[in-house]
Amino acid sequence: MRKEGKKRRKKKEDRKRVVVSNLPFEGWSAKENPNQQYRGNQIKTSKYTILSFLPKNIFEQLHRFANFYFVGIVILNFIPVLSAFQPGVSTIPVCVILAITAIKDAWEDFRRYQADRVINNRECFVYSRREQSFVQKRWKDVRVGDFVQMQCNEVIPADILLLFSSDPSGICHLETANLDGETNLKQRCVVKGFSQQEGQFQPEHFHNTIVCEKPNNHLNKFKGYMEHPDKTRTGFSSESLLLRGCTIRNTEVAVGIVIYTGHETKAMLNNSGPRYKRSKIERRMNTDVFFCIGILFLMCLSGAVGHSVWNGTFKEHPPFDVPDPGGDFLTPALAGFYMFLTMIILLQVLIPISLYVSIELVKLGQVFFLHHDLDLYDEESDLPIQCRALNITEDLGQIQYIFSDKTGTLTENKMVFRRCTIMGSEYCHQENAKRLETLKEVDSDSEEWTQYQCLSFPARWTPGPATMRSQGGSQPLRRSQSARVPIQGHSRQRSVGRRESSQPPVAFSSSIEKDVTPDKNLLTKVQDAALWLESLSDAKPDKPSNSTTSSIADFFLALAICNSVMVSTTTEPRQRVTIPPSNKAVGTSLEKIQQLFQRLKLMSLSQSFSSTAPSDTDLGESLGANGPATDSDEKDDTSVDSGDYSTDGGYRSSTWDQGDILGSGSSASLEKIMEAPDRGQATPDLCYEAESPDEAALVHAAHAYSFTLVSRTPEQVTVRLPQGICLTFDLLFTLGFDSVRKRMSVVVRHPLTNEIIVYTKGADSVIMDLLEDPACVTDTDLGKKMRKIQARTQKHLDLYARDGLRTLCIAKKVISEEDFQRWANFRRQAEASFDNRDELLMETAQHLENQLTLLGATGIEDRLQEGVPDTIAALREAGIQLWVLTGDKQETAVNIAYSCRLLSQMDTVYSINTESQETCESILNCALEEVKQFHQVQKPDRKLFGFRLPSKTPPTTSGVPDTGLVIDGKTLNIIFQGKLEKKFLELTQYCRSVLCCRSTPLQKSMIVKLVRDKLSVMTLSIGDGANDVSMIQAADIGIGISGQEGMQAVMSSDFAISRFRHLKKLLLVHGHWCYSRLARMVVYFFYKNVCYVNLLFWYQFFCGFSGSTMIDYWQMIFFNLFFTSLPPIIFGILDKDISAETLLELPELYKNGQNSECYNLSTFWISMMDAFYQSLICFFIPYLTYKDSDIDVFTFGTPINTISLITILLHQAMEMKTWTYIHGLVLLGSFLLYFVVSLLYNAICVTCNSPANPYWVMENQLSDPTFYLLCFLTPVVALLPRYFFLSVQGTYGKSLISKAEKIDKLPEDKRNLEIQSWRSKQRPAPVTEVAQTPHRPAPPVPQQDFRTSTPKSSSPPKRMLHGQRGSREGRGEDPCLGSPLTKLSPGQHLLEPHRTLVPDAYSRDQNDVRRPLSRGSHRRSQSSLTI
Amino acid sequence: MTWSATARGAHQPDNTAFTQQRLPAWHPLLSASITLPLFFCAGLAFLGLGLGLYYSSNAIQELEYDYTGDADEGSCATCATEDQGRAPPPRCSCSWYFTLSELFPGPVYLYYELTGFYQNNRRYGVSRDDAQLSGLPSALHHPANECAPYQYSAGLPVAPCGAVANSLFNDTFTLWHRRQPDAPYVEVPLDRSAIAWWTDYHIKFRNPPLVNGSLALAFKGTAPPPNWPVPVYELSSDPNNTGFVNQDFVVWMRTAALPTFRKLYARIRQGNYSAGLPSGAYRVDIAYNYPVRAFGGHKLLVFSNISWMGGKNPFLGIAYLVVGSLCIVMGFVMLAVYIRYQDQDDDDNDDE
Repeated sequence: MRKEGKKRRKKKEDRKRVVVSNLPFEGWSAKENPNQQYRGNQIKTSKYTILSFLPKNIFEQLHRFANFYFVGIVILNFIPVLSAFQPGVSTIPVCVILAITAIKDAWEDFRRYQADRVINNRECFVYSRREQSFVQKRWKDVRVGDFVQMQCNEVIPADILLLFSSDPSGICHLETANLDGETNLKQRCVVKGFSQQEGQFQPEHFHNTIVCEKPNNHLNKFKGYMEHPDKTRTGFSSESLLLRGCTIRNTEVAVGIVIYTGHETKAMLNNSGPRYKRSKIERRMNTDVFFCIGILFLMCLSGAVGHSVWNGTFKEHPPFDVPDPGGDFLTPALAGFYMFLTMIILLQVLIPISLYVSIELVKLGQVFFLHHDLDLYDEESDLPIQCRALNITEDLGQIQYIFSDKTGTLTENKMVFRRCTIMGSEYCHQENAKRLETLKEVDSDSEEWTQYQCLSFPARWTPGPATMRSQGGSQPLRRSQSARVPIQGHSRQRSVGRRESSQPPVAFSSSIEKDVTPDKNLLTKVQDAALWLESLSDAKPDKPSNSTTSSIADFFLALAICNSVMVSTTTEPRQRVTIPPSNKAVGTSLEKIQQLFQRLKLMSLSQSFSSTAPSDTDLGESLGANGPATDSDEKDDTSVDSGDYSTDGGYRSSTWDQGDILGSGSSASLEKIMEAPDRGQATPDLCYEAESPDEAALVHAAHAYSFTLVSRTPEQVTVRLPQGICLTFDLLFTLGFDSVRKRMSVVVRHPLTNEIIVYTKGADSVIMDLLEDPACVTDTDLGKKMRKIQARTQKHLDLYARDGLRTLCIAKKVISEEDFQRWANFRRQAEASFDNRDELLMETAQHLENQLTLLGATGIEDRLQEGVPDTIAALREAGIQLWVLTGDKQETAVNIAYSCRLLSQMDTVYSINTESQETCESILNCALEEVKQFHQVQKPDRKLFGFRLPSKTPPTTSGVPDTGLVIDGKTLNIIFQGKLEKKFLELTQYCRSVLCCRSTPLQKSMIVKLVRDKLSVMTLSIGDGANDVSMIQAADIGIGISGQEGMQAVMSSDFAISRFRHLKKLLLVHGHWCYSRLARMVVYFFYKNVCYVNLLFWYQFFCGFSGSTMIDYWQMIFFNLFFTSLPPIIFGILDKDISAETLLELPELYKNGQNSECYNLSTFWISMMDAFYQSLICFFIPYLTYKDSDIDVFTFGTPINTISLITILLHQAMEMKTWTYIHGLVLLGSFLLYFVVSLLYNAICVTCNSPANPYWVMENQLSDPTFYLLCFLTPVVALLPRYFFLSVQGTYGKSLISKAEKIDKLPEDKRNLEIQSWRSKQRPAPVTEVAQTPHRPAPPVPQQDFRTSTPKSSSPPKRMLHGQRGSREGRGEDPCLGSPLTKLSPGQHLLEPHRTLVPDAYSRDQNDVRRPLSRGSHRRSQSSLTI
Repeated sequence: MTWSATARGAHQPDNTAFTQQRLPAWHPLLSASITLPLFFCAGLAFLGLGLGLYYSSNAIQELEYDYTGDADEGSCATCATEDQGRAPPPRCSCSWYFTLSELFPGPVYLYYELTGFYQNNRRYGVSRDDAQLSGLPSALHHPANECAPYQYSAGLPVAPCGAVANSLFNDTFTLWHRRQPDAPYVEVPLDRSAIAWWTDYHIKFRNPPLVNGSLALAFKGTAPPPNWPVPVYELSSDPNNTGFVNQDFVVWMRTAALPTFRKLYARIRQGNYSAGLPSGAYRVDIAYNYPVRAFGGHKLLVFSNISWMGGKNPFLGIAYLVVGSLCIVMGFVMLAVYIRYQDQDDDDNDDE
């Protein structure tokens, strides 16, 4: 018993890892160190060593079926009874094939080895007892138990347990973008008990034993404990583990002890190298290989039967029937059986041995061209396309469904503040819009926007377009750059070192996001507002509570405060700013400024009331007047800042200039004035780390108006005002954002007025309902005004939404001290309560967030990536179904869908949001019925080949409005659970686009798998974030967008591009090319082999099925390996059936690949038949010619060989659509090579190839005119049918491809004309204006209403199809939901002239059927189904 | 190798015509305008060539005689019945009489033709040792394994080894001519030299080095193939035509590609017969040795003359003629298609 227990304990011990400090063992022999059993930190991702390469590689290659087959045949050949060829010679082809593959493997492995070496030789600091300090060591020398010191921005060399951080609270910040793609910083804290260390960490004092788990691949799971010398234990978790590959941020120095090294680190364990995918063509090919095997079997069988029959015809053994060495004759049956095997050897080439190698070579070539395409290269990030999977290039040409992420894929994931409305007046920020436009043409006017450049540019004053461009270019990279630290992997390595060496790290937002050009109108008002704000401190004028000025100030304060943005500095070490850098200065400057502004206060206040736009000179004067005074103070401020952080001397000096600019304010242009406060007051290197980019955008917007968030601690927020004073607000409460409330609030105490203010920001639908009811306001004037403001704001919001902007409302509320205290108590109780805490918290929040005063709203743009609508339109024209799967909320997703023209204004959009299965089913049924009705009229019964029908989408005809489907994650769940997939899929096939919102990564991949498996279509997933990984992996092709969100998506993808628009060329051009090239090459290869092998087969009929060949075996080997292998490969790499321009112009051509037109069952069999025919011709014309003559075996074979070479090459030539000099050279070269090699071989080899040799045969034939006559006649006859067919097709062909080929041949101007007429023919509806900008102004509302009604009136009568706005997003818990029309704000009535009232009978289901949609969408033809 | 390039755009692909797939190219599109002339040109060319070939092939005369003796006619029938089941067969001779009414133009070639003899049978064809035949002394005494079971005979290496050599054709022919019906037959000289390929006779086939000037000594310690009545060095009395370089042997060793084949026996180009065979009565005396009836084969004698393109071969000319006319027919079809297409294209244009 006891023993067993011990054993068990031992077993338990085995699952642990014990680590002690290495230091006591320094200098001891390796054996004494208990840590020595653990592997070193050296990584080795290469598979082979020089010694192990040969056996290992051969072994691996034999795992492939094809190679195994051929090796088997070679072995068969060594059996004397069977051998068709000399055994030695027959190994040559297999050896050559294996050698080529081996060379390729070796090269790849060598690159991995190099990448490993670079990583292994990186340096880090490891403590050495001998030196009494941290000494530099290479990564590979780091051992478990070593103490490693890491500095800021250093990459962590191994998995390290954090023991010390320079941060006083023992916290170390970490960027894990490498592992999970998340760029926000993670906190790691020192193991308990080590946090209270002063000064340096002393590794030598560390005598604890660490016990932790065995290495595993859970990134976020880690536990263990530390045993002190006095046997006490301290536990630790993944909170204290620094993972290899992450980057230290914001922490000057961190020290830890190494726990896992090298391959045992979590990062490495997580890294499962590249995947092997099999492309569609390859799958198709494998079935055809089986056909070939079938043909081979038949041929062998007929050979075997023929042989035994032939043998049986002789009464006695003829002289040419040779007995076996013992002198015995075989029975016919046994001879037949042996002959079967011999025939397999003889006809083995029927299974195209070289095809596999050729395909790999072709794909390498295709990848080379993909990689080198300038159009797929992103200049900004200096990244060409990365092909991580080498063997599925041709799948790019067969995609039928694309699943796309939204954020970061369609959009840039760069939130840009676009416009705002404050107190009912709209500030359209035209300058800002203009700036965003100009950003695209940086070259032309870089000077101009230099001035708007973000303050944190270290070299922003360096003039000249060149440098400016480089900055503009490099900036967006920064966010991701830290993510490019190698864990391993050669493809990654490429991008790594470079970026690290060339660019300073950090900065989280790009210039686009950071820079906001203030609106001129608003700016002047802000100045006033700021002045007003100042005034609050010294006197309390009885201010009108809703005066525009104060609201503007509040608005910007709210923007700056109401968020969870952390402030850090950009320079190294990046540190979080928790203390206002100029606290000391505030006091003095505050007073001075107050005095100075006092004089102007009244004047400017009155100004702002009287006129909306004060004249420039006024402003200039006002600024000019106080400029000099401010100057001196600010000098102090900035000198503190820049002294600490700025390393750039040029920048510092430029900061001094600002006084002059201010001084000369009166003569300065408005721009300069606008820029002046910016420059003067911002701490130069502030950097905002926001949880969501929206927040950052708002903070940057506030910053642009000089309301700069300077620091944030849990207790305080400091904002610097336009005048340079810092206001520090006490942060009383933060009610964080959650998706249920859809808002967040902060409760602060205003430092000047001591008022307690609640700032709330949230989705407009929510905030609008929480506003103070104007009717309740006692003051009727005020009430009227409020109503007006609300109405106008709503109007603006709708406008924003129509523009695809993300809208947020900002509101405020002042509460009294007592109310607050009461609420605070309540809140604290809620926080402390144990049961149903969440509900309580929610309730308290609701108590606070009501009766709000609307301040305004903002419109933030998640900018669509350049060219997205165009790309989507093109992809759709190409017949690709585009689905957007996003985790975003429905409104945003729908808005983006409209702005990228995934949905168009004319579309009927079904949106399904339900949580009940029955409802879902009935909705699906109804929608299906309705859509079918639409389509039945239009859709003629199209029947293609029987096997492609189900995946065929109904043709989108012009008469029917296209349908879109919007569905959310919950509904999806129900569909998956309720076995409604079939209906769902059926419905989606009628839909032009499908939008899945609020879907989890798992759902994303489930949808992809569903579509892929059920519809058996080719799918492509594209995404950029870690949440897209599962979807990327589920699809046939995964594309990662490298850029914003780390490397996770890229790491799991097959191709990584940097922009969505690259997808257009990638699919339409490269996809088409790769597909058509490879497909036709594969078909050609099959043809070639069958054609050649059949020659041998026909000969069997004339040699008693004895397995003889009329062609020398060496010639046969050469024929396949050298004479006819290069042309198809070159063809597969270089041929272009249609030029890139035409392919881009006519996306329909893509359907060629989708329908597998180049390589399918029929093309395969047609080419097989052709091969049979050609081989018949190639054999029998020579046969008939040489019949009854004194021809000998090889003399007979040589013309046949030559003829088939000519035929096969000419066939190739006919297949080639493009002839470059390379094609010509290769074809000619192959032809000449044949003669040269044959002549040489036939001349030299007298007895070398005993027992049969072709000595002097070729020479003999070349002197015979019959040979030439044959070589002239036979290929012509063999190719005549194909030639005839091709020329008929070329003349008369109606297929898209042949038409496009014809267009392609025209001169350019004519071609364009032709393309246009094609397009107009193809799509009579005047829909496409391709060059439309994504941000076109929205058409006016009434027009849309008109549009809305069009489909309705034309549609057949149906249950309920109505435009309906869904202001109520809430479900059953909302008491008002009985009727969907409750509580509409006045603005809605203005916009909803065609509202249909929902009969009460249906209202019960309202709880389930979420009302269709979203803010922006009610203007469009939006149909929703109500049951 | 490091990737630490610091220049901007270090990863920018090269902008060359090759990498951007913009190489100047020719796009042949097979359409009527190109293919029509081609069809007609090719058709005409083929017809012309075909006519030439046909006539030149027709000009060739052939005279052949099946002397197997199957049909119980002629004197060879007795030999045929006699040889049944006996190997080696006894010497038997028979004759073939024929008359030429006019000159058979020269140069005249005399072939023997075998039918149903599968010299191209795989195991037969490889049953030989080229190294031995090229005179390598080592190979002479150690024949290659492919020769089995004709590798060793009673412990002695067979020279020449293998089934091909063993089955050497051994009928012999002499041609006699009589100008007048009552005149005696005069032997027509048959040129039996240079009937094999020059390279075979001079390079590929070599006798082993003579021992003491004697070929017989060189072959000492070897056995003749089982079917041979004489050792290889006694194939002919002419030292240049015996051993491995015997012309008949060399010709036989070049295995035929098809089961029905001819092999050159002699050429008639000497003396009075250089212009051909003059008219008159002829007699071929046949030493009937070779058994073919066992496998249902036939033996034929063929007199033929040749043209510039070799022996009589009507097929090639006919094939050219057929293909030529086919091309022209296809050309017309194409023309029809082209015209229809043009019409339709015009219609299309009208529609637009």
